[in-house]
Amino acid sequence: MTIQPVALRYVRIVAILRHLVLLLVFVTAAISVAPVWSDTADHSQIINKLAPSLKDRKTIAAAIDEIVTSDAPRKRIWLESLLAGTLYQRKSDDMVVHAIKTDTGFDLTAALDGSAIGHVGKREVRKFKINNSLRAQLRSAIAQMALQDSDPGSRRQALERMLQSLDEEKMAAINRLAEVETDSDVHALIQTARQLDALQNGDSQSRLDAIDTLGINTREPVVQALQKLTDTTDDPAVADAAAASLAEISQRIAVFKQVETVLFGLSLGSVLAMAAIGLAITFGVMGVINMAHGEMIMLGAYTTWAVQQAFPVIVEFSLLLAVPLAFAVAFLVGVVIEFLVIRHLYGRPLETLLATFGISLILQQTVRTLVSPQNVPVSNPSWLSGQWLIDPALSIAVNRLVIFLFCLAVFAALMWLLRKTFFGLKVRAVSQNREMARAMGARSSRIDAMTFGLGAGIAGVAGVALSQLTNVGPNMGQSYIVDSFMVVVFGGVGNLWGTLLAGLSLGVVNKFLEPWAGAVLAKIIVLVFIILFIQRYPRGLFPQRGRAAGD
Amino acid sequence: MFLKNAICGSLLTAGLTCAVSVSAEDTIKVGVLHSLSGTMAISETTLKDTMLLLIDEQNKKGGLLGKQLEAVVVDPASDWPLFAEKARELIEVNSVEAVFGAWTSVSRKSVLPVFEELNSILFYPVQYEGEESSKNVFYTGAAPNQQAIPAVDYLKDEIGVERWVLAGTDYVYPRTTNKILEAYLKDNGVAAEDIMINYTPFGHSDWQSIVSDIKNFGGTGRKTAVVSTVNGDANVPFYKELGNQGVSAEDIPVVAFSVGEEELSGIDTTPLVGHLAAWNYFMSVESDENDDFIAKWHEFIGSEDRVTNDPMEAHYIGFNMWVKAVEKAGTTDPAAVQDAIIGVTVPNLTGGYSAMMPNHHITKPVLIGEIQDDGQFDVVWETNGLVAGDAWSDFLPDSKDIISDWRAPLSCGNYNVVTAKCSGQQL
Repeated sequence: MTIQPVALRYVRIVAILRHLVLLLVFVTAAISVAPVWSDTADHSQIINKLAPSLKDRKTIAAAIDEIVTSDAPRKRIWLESLLAGTLYQRKSDDMVVHAIKTDTGFDLTAALDGSAIGHVGKREVRKFKINNSLRAQLRSAIAQMALQDSDPGSRRQALERMLQSLDEEKMAAINRLAEVETDSDVHALIQTARQLDALQNGDSQSRLDAIDTLGINTREPVVQALQKLTDTTDDPAVADAAAASLAEISQRIAVFKQVETVLFGLSLGSVLAMAAIGLAITFGVMGVINMAHGEMIMLGAYTTWAVQQAFPVIVEFSLLLAVPLAFAVAFLVGVVIEFLVIRHLYGRPLETLLATFGISLILQQTVRTLVSPQNVPVSNPSWLSGQWLIDPALSIAVNRLVIFLFCLAVFAALMWLLRKTFFGLKVRAVSQNREMARAMGARSSRIDAMTFGLGAGIAGVAGVALSQLTNVGPNMGQSYIVDSFMVVVFGGVGNLWGTLLAGLSLGVVNKFLEPWAGAVLAKIIVLVFIILFIQRYPRGLFPQRGRAAGD
Repeated sequence: MFLKNAICGSLLTAGLTCAVSVSAEDTIKVGVLHSLSGTMAISETTLKDTMLLLIDEQNKKGGLLGKQLEAVVVDPASDWPLFAEKARELIEVNSVEAVFGAWTSVSRKSVLPVFEELNSILFYPVQYEGEESSKNVFYTGAAPNQQAIPAVDYLKDEIGVERWVLAGTDYVYPRTTNKILEAYLKDNGVAAEDIMINYTPFGHSDWQSIVSDIKNFGGTGRKTAVVSTVNGDANVPFYKELGNQGVSAEDIPVVAFSVGEEELSGIDTTPLVGHLAAWNYFMSVESDENDDFIAKWHEFIGSEDRVTNDPMEAHYIGFNMWVKAVEKAGTTDPAAVQDAIIGVTVPNLTGGYSAMMPNHHITKPVLIGEIQDDGQFDVVWETNGLVAGDAWSDFLPDSKDIISDWRAPLSCGNYNVVTAKCSGQQL
């Protein structure tokens, strides 16, 4: 038995020697003729440097450095895969592979040449684990490589990343790019990088020039460099110029901050309005104190979750499908509630309040029992993530913008339905004067059911939007019911425009209060304000006038 | 077991007490006081199941003192005053020998007088703000020096953080913890303007302005981190907003004290990857005890997808300590057990041993984990050896001279070493 390992070792040495000879032969050939062959020969060693260090992050860091400096053609793919967490090691032979998760395990491709090497079970591969410092290292390495990308967008992103920590090597790479760059946005960034470099390392004159050319530039690295310059430079002219420029920049940033607060407020306001519009119909138009309104929102959110569970492949478009479905589900539940409970209680607000409160508890417990008492995960489609950059110091999150527009769209659709359709006419007629409407031939009971269903359906649609911002769980409706009543009452019961404006203005007021009062106190101040406001104007911002006002 | 649980669940909703056992005669009764409905049900239901598992396992081993154990489960419904009523019911009506339960600090404060009056025993399994030591309560979760302080040390020494955001939900645990942390940071030479403190209401969902403030605060070029005592649900929109505004874990890491495997199992973890949590146990820890416990848990709960978390480990430790103390004392009498349990040492799930200290806190290792995309944590740092829980923080002027020692002759939970006086509960 002892002979075998020795023999094996001998064979291995011979094999290695043969490889070395072959390698020598081919390396000379490879330089001129066959670059493809050299990939697999040299680069297998480079990628395998990762392998023994599966968990030891210091060794991984060194291996990454080596990969970065190597000329392996697939090195960017390796690094990106490592960053994305799809780089694994096959346990059977320690081979480094890319793995894509499937239901039963992983589909593997060889890291070395990208060839597919089949499917393995969950426990047959080990993942390369990375931490924050490795992530930062990978990102900056990938950024340097991305400077050569054909897509100007990714070149721009790479430059943005490099601006945060410029050094000689990076400046050299940026200068090389400058010679061939054609995209004007990227060029502007290259200029910023050069001036930033001058600010940090130049002489007084070039610093002054840089401050002058940079002008009012709100980029974080520029602000930091100017701040540092003001604090440390010996040249009073440079210090003055930097301080003056800094003052202008801070002024610009302060203006952007105000704009940002308004945008945040509008976004919060659109959420409030969105949650309240359904209630504006059931409570506002019909006068039903609907405590189960929050649960309609919850049902809509759960519909979104159900759609994503049922069709995992279309998560990207799940919301488009969820909107009509959520409306349908909440509409049906609303009609059933109206038919079974509410129609027997018209004109008895206290009993309605209690009954709908009971319904809300029943609905919550139903979801808790049927689905789970835990929150359910609703994923965000990628087209809803990211930011829309207006200025380095001012950006809008895409999902907030979409929800704001969605809120306006729902509102517009509802206005159209109530103002321009025959159904809307009947709804308004019944809510204003039931007897007269019936005398004119409107079937009030059916209209009531439809109207309540409509309010519930709109709440369901709101649930789809809210599922993108907050938790989806059995209790989620509870957190919106108070806010919704607040918005409807503040805006003026029965007035849809009032609801929209009340929602938006409460959002903005809240966001202006928050920075100096804190989130807790801001909420209290808003509540106190509304109580006082209702004391003075019991009918809200936009009271109904004329005969429609009733009583 | 499932059927029994289901029946039990339906009885509980009807407001009845429910005992999970066939034989009601001559058993040792153990009370389980966790909310099974209301806002805390999400976290506490799992702990109720953990207790049922532990009791079940002990019965398979032949019970305790030759008798079978019987779990008495009540539902305090996330209603703090109801916790006190249910605790009284457990002790007086069901005559349980020990109670395992409570999650929020306010529920613990609510039941505390009941346990002291009736001289019973409570095992409290959740990390808390400290500044308390009762003869009748055993704190198996982390005190601030077993979670918050080591986490700050890690950020300070390993990551090089210089600016600090202390963000929390507005109630007693975050407020006290942040007070301790603020004092600790200032002791370590951090200037007041480098600390930003922020509180939000329970279930806060609109984090736009706060995240924007954090971004500005961290935009000075000096390394910034967020120490988060934000509780429960509100974490999800918080992390989502961080992602939305482009704040990544490499730029501004968030270390959380209330986010564990259970909390992550209900959400899409993509925006959280790389953020940190400090606990005394992670499901991903590699040890034989842990593998064994996870296997039993999966079998008991009937699902491979269920996770384990830190408070579950605390119950595991607490229950085993109680069992060992009862065996040592030869009786389940609370007074005898209170004496016997001090110094009892049992295995924890991270491969070491935890001991019950004279101040009714236990020794634990402290681990820092980074959130992975599968909702698990990857341990990036741990303390050398075990940390003993400190009931009274050394960093608050009011409590730095106070110690707790429930052994005779001191037998005091609130003893001032300067004035040599014992305040509060005494024997």
